[in-house]
Amino acid sequence: MNKNKIALTGAQAVAEAMRQINPDVVPAYPITPQTQIVETFAHFVADGKVETEMIRVESEHSAMSAAVGASAAGARVMTASSSQGVLLMLEILPIASGLRLPIVMNVVNRAISAPINIHCDHSDSMACRDLGWVQIYSEDNQEVYDNTILAMKLAEKIELPVMVMQDGFITSHCVEEVEILEDEKVKRFVGDYNPETSLLKNKVTYGALQLPDYYFETKMQEADAIAKAKIEFLKTAKELSKLTGREYNYFESYKLKDANYVIITMNSSAGTVKSVVDKLRKKGKKVGLLKPVLFRPFPYSEIKSVLKGKKIAVLDRSESFGANPPLFSEIKNSLFDINARVQSYVFGLGGREIFEKDIEKVFDNLMKNKFDETRKYIGLRE
Amino acid sequence: MSRLKNWKEIRKAGLVEPASSLAVKTGDWKVVKPVVDNKKCIKCYKCVVYCPDLCIEMKNEKITPNLDYCKGCSLCSKVCPVKCIAMEKAR
Repeated sequence: MNKNKIALTGAQAVAEAMRQINPDVVPAYPITPQTQIVETFAHFVADGKVETEMIRVESEHSAMSAAVGASAAGARVMTASSSQGVLLMLEILPIASGLRLPIVMNVVNRAISAPINIHCDHSDSMACRDLGWVQIYSEDNQEVYDNTILAMKLAEKIELPVMVMQDGFITSHCVEEVEILEDEKVKRFVGDYNPETSLLKNKVTYGALQLPDYYFETKMQEADAIAKAKIEFLKTAKELSKLTGREYNYFESYKLKDANYVIITMNSSAGTVKSVVDKLRKKGKKVGLLKPVLFRPFPYSEIKSVLKGKKIAVLDRSESFGANPPLFSEIKNSLFDINARVQSYVFGLGGREIFEKDIEKVFDNLMKNKFDETRKYIGLRE
Repeated sequence: MSRLKNWKEIRKAGLVEPASSLAVKTGDWKVVKPVVDNKKCIKCYKCVVYCPDLCIEMKNEKITPNLDYCKGCSLCSKVCPVKCIAMEKAR
C-alpha cells in the first residue's frame, strides 16, 4: 500500500487529483471558495505538469458550455465551481447530462445570494440535484480526493456527468493530511478515454431537435442510465478500494448497526457528529450516524434497510422554501412505509457554525422522544 | 412513416447522423402543388433559387419540383416571369 501522505487543503487535494487524471480540457472561471482548485491547477498547466488545454472563459455559463463542446468532441473534461457560478451554469447542466457527456465538476459548497454570502451551505448543489448529474458528497480532504478520482471513472462508464461536493472553507481551505496515490496508479485506474461516439470521430449531430414523438424516449434513456449508475458506483468504488484500502459505499454508517438514535447529515458536519457519537457512546448511549455520500441517484432501499426501528434526526444544510428540505425529503421517502420517527432540522445556512453541544441536543431530543411536526433550526436566534 | 422506435431502440442522447432529413418525407401536408408547363419555361432558374425548401431541380433542362419535400407555398409560381408554374390541388 502506498503511504504518500501530504498536507493539502480540500481544494488542493482536488487539484492534485486533477493533475493525476490529466484531463484534456479544463474550462473554468474562478469563484470563492472554489478559486484555489482552479488556481492550483493553473499552476500545474503553466509548469507543464499536465497536458491539459485550460480555457479561461468569461463566465461559468461559458465554462460549462465549453465543457459540453469539448466533451462532445471526445475530450476528457473537468471543471469546478461554487454558488452563483453553479447557478449561472444551470442552463447548461442538463445539456451535459442530456447529451450524456461524462464531465466531472467539483462543487465547493457555498450559500447562494441574496443576501450575498461566501460561506458554506449546500443550497448551490441542491439547486441542481434533479438535472441528471450524479452527485457525490465528501466529508473531508481525503474523501474529496478519492471521490474526484472515482467520479472520473464512473462518469465515463455511465456516460453521465458527475458532481463532487465538499464544504466551502471548512473543507476547501483547511489543511489536512491526505494520502496521495502514485501518479501511475491513478493513470491506470482512470485509463484512456475513448468514447464510442464523438464529434471528431463520427459524422454526428449533438443537440438536435426532438419533438413530442421522440423526446420522451430519450429522457427515459437518461433516467435509466442514472438509475443504473448506482451499481456502477459500487463497482468503481470497489476498484478504487483496492488501490487506497479505504471503503466506499452509498453512505457511511458510523456506529449505526446497534444504534437506537441516529443523525443523518452530509459533508463536513458528519465529522462533528462522529465526535459526539464517540462521546455519548462512552456514556453508554446507543447513538450513531448515517452520512449519505451518493445523493443522486439516491439509494432509497439501502438506506431503508439500515434504519428500521431507529429514531432519526435529519440535518439539512440547505432550505427548501415552501417544502421539506432535500435530504429530509429523501429520507422520509425511503422510510414512508415503515412508519419511522424522523425529525427535520436545518442548520448552518450561510456558514453558521454548528457545535458539538448542538448535536448533543439533537441526540438528547431523540432520546427524550421529542418530535415536532414542523422542522427545527440549529443555531438560529429565535 | 415507419413505426416509431421505443426507448431501447433509439440512439443515445438524441444524436443524429447528418442528412437524416433525406430519410423523412416532409411534403405530405401540402394543400396545393406546383405543376410546370416546361414548354413555356425560359430557364431563368428563378424558381430554383427562390424555393425555400430547395426542392426545385433542373433535370435535363426541365423544371422538376421534388414533391416529397415541397410544402406548396406557391412562391415558385409567383416569381415565375412567364407564369409557367400553376398551383393545383395536391390531392
